[in-house]
Amino acid sequence: MATAFAPTKLTATLPLHGSQENRLLLPIRLAPHSSFLGSTRSLTAHSSRRLNHAHATRRSPPVVGVQEVVKEKKSINSLLITKEEGLVLYEDMILGRSFEDMCAQMYYRGKMFGFVHLYNGQEAVSTGFIKLLTKSDSVVSTYRDHVHALSKGVSARAVMSELFGKVTGCCRGQGGSMHMFSKEHNMLGGFAFIGEGIPVATGAAFSSKYRRDVLKQDCEDVTVAFFGDGTCNNGQFYECLNMAALWKLPIIFVVENNLWAIGMSHLRATSDPEIWKKGPAFGMPGVHVDGMDVLKVREVAKEAVTRARRGEGPTLVECETYRFRGHSLADPDELRDAAEKAKYAARDPIAALKKYLIENNLAKEAELKSIEKKIDELVEEAVEFADASPQPGRSQLLENVFADPKGFGIGPDGRYRCEDPKFTEGTAQV
Amino acid sequence: MAALLGRSCRKLGFLSSGHGARRTVSTETGKSLNLYAAINQALHIALDSDPRSYVFGEDVGFGGVFRCTTGLAERFGKNRVFNTPLCEQGIVGFGIGLAAMGNRAIVEIQFADYIYPAFDQIVNEAAKFRYRSGNQFNCGGLTIRAPYGAVGHGGHYHSQSPEAFFCHVPGIKVVIPRSPREAKGLLLSCIRDPNPVVFFEPKWLYRQAVEEVPEHDYTIPLSEAEVIREGNDITLVGWGAQLTIMEQACLEAEKEGISCELIDLKTLLPWDKETVEASVKKTGRLLISHEAPITGGFGAEISATILERCFLKLEAPVSRVCGLDTPFPLVFEPFYMPTKNKILDAIKTTVNY
Repeated sequence: MATAFAPTKLTATLPLHGSQENRLLLPIRLAPHSSFLGSTRSLTAHSSRRLNHAHATRRSPPVVGVQEVVKEKKSINSLLITKEEGLVLYEDMILGRSFEDMCAQMYYRGKMFGFVHLYNGQEAVSTGFIKLLTKSDSVVSTYRDHVHALSKGVSARAVMSELFGKVTGCCRGQGGSMHMFSKEHNMLGGFAFIGEGIPVATGAAFSSKYRRDVLKQDCEDVTVAFFGDGTCNNGQFYECLNMAALWKLPIIFVVENNLWAIGMSHLRATSDPEIWKKGPAFGMPGVHVDGMDVLKVREVAKEAVTRARRGEGPTLVECETYRFRGHSLADPDELRDAAEKAKYAARDPIAALKKYLIENNLAKEAELKSIEKKIDELVEEAVEFADASPQPGRSQLLENVFADPKGFGIGPDGRYRCEDPKFTEGTAQV
Repeated sequence: MAALLGRSCRKLGFLSSGHGARRTVSTETGKSLNLYAAINQALHIALDSDPRSYVFGEDVGFGGVFRCTTGLAERFGKNRVFNTPLCEQGIVGFGIGLAAMGNRAIVEIQFADYIYPAFDQIVNEAAKFRYRSGNQFNCGGLTIRAPYGAVGHGGHYHSQSPEAFFCHVPGIKVVIPRSPREAKGLLLSCIRDPNPVVFFEPKWLYRQAVEEVPEHDYTIPLSEAEVIREGNDITLVGWGAQLTIMEQACLEAEKEGISCELIDLKTLLPWDKETVEASVKKTGRLLISHEAPITGGFGAEISATILERCFLKLEAPVSRVCGLDTPFPLVFEPFYMPTKNKILDAIKTTVNY
């Protein structure tokens, strides 16, 4: 395999979460020249019987995916980010968190309805990856897509209006919470169905590779597909891993492993819960990263994105993360252990980044506070905007079924059927 | 009698007694249950009565997202009631395999909208298993349960009614109950039926519908439609949650002097043509209503068959009041749905044809 993706010497630099969490997985037998970027020793919150020592020591077949270390020119004491980058990351994560908290408030006030899935706790993954992308790179997400859309650049107003079902929303109110699309920002959606977005992302990646290699256009666009741990037991995921590796597509498969699929624990649903291992089985690197640490995610993402842009093919990145709220706003979240929740709450990515920025003198407390205030105002303004926006007109019900918005043809009275008021009343003859 | 039962059914006012329907439970009383509790009872009875029956699907272990499987894992053990990973195609295929080896597999698909990955297995395997093995094997023990239909805020992927796709498949049965009492009896029949069955549960009624459900083991025969309201002027045919809407329309129509006969089809495949035919021969008019989009919906099949059988008796064209030909919308749901007013308008148009 060509120079495969490998992590940098990240674990040697300043730890974000304190020394406990920042070890390599010692029992691994790796190919001698490789190092492994791992987050914590245990992948699980509770040490489940399944992932016990036997499992850990059983890892003697070497990890094929993570190979030579890519040498990056860095000074010994370098920090991972500059001040500007740090503030951008911080602002993005605060935006994600505030927005989602506001969504919950609005939901319980009845301003938005339907199935809403919040991203609290997982911001590091979205920010870590998407802030490295350009506007023309594509992102494909799941139903937990508000923050992916925001990170990609869709305005908070457009997302909030979409949630309220207003015509000023990014999909004109037709998509709702689970379907955030943006042509301008190449946000290829929100998919309610798990795994359905992955083939779509694969196709988008093929398109950019084709434009570059065949049409000889100047196209370095990559596609990032986000999905969860439950999806990794679905056939579509494997089909796409195969296709992407086979055709060396510029795609990054990002698994947001938050250990739970509604009420089903990942460990009880998966024969081998270490998802990153499935990458090498298909011929692409698989990496596991601490998804509660935005800097680590960012380092891994940099490598994966650069690799894809160089034309070396796909990467599978498993981010160990956690959602602080229930699966959706309708989920009472009774099944998860309080200790597990507490453990991950202590690893809040926003708190961690704040600590890092302050400890390394990249930002002052006051600056961060002003960012938080700015974001609060932005989100409030987004709510006001959404409130003030009109609902879609009734005729919009029939638009966009086909390419021709008047695709229901011409009625017996010579007018377009969809303009006949009786059409939406259901009594017109079709 | 009807009034007694009528009073016991709150919120949506089910009229559940039928005249001439061959039902054994119409007069019994029992505990007041809603739909998910009735289905839960049926599952408990099914698992109790056959040690080789299994319930599995996504999240069924803790009771399911609609609570239909509460208590099963605790009572019957995790070897018989278990969660599967998120792969509908795998789940149903796995169920077919279990059924082929003589077990009863009761598969839960979390929402009918998610059934499409399994569609291949259902159509190409389950429906054809007995046929192509020359009756050496069959997957009659397979029952697939899925919540279907609009719920007010479900949007594109939590509100679909896919029954029409399945009604086009010879080899399986499609059953849709309208109320808790029906659901329990029909589900037990489906589980015990020697053919693979797809059982759609109207999710809107899971909590909303409350009815007295007898606590013992009882079945309601499949492929028998029921006349739940007698009338002379027009026959209305429907199933599932839509019946409650149609019933409201019937009551309104009655105020205007139109006497409506309402039939619950219950089993869509194979459907009870005789009952509907007899009714239409009496009234001369037919109206079908369902939530699924009108083009290619199951109403078309009913319309075509009745036309063949009752052509000379029809006083007016068969009317279909259904969902529009768009994907199930999010904010526009009230405009999309076949509401009481749309049905009422259609009743009047048909009667005054």
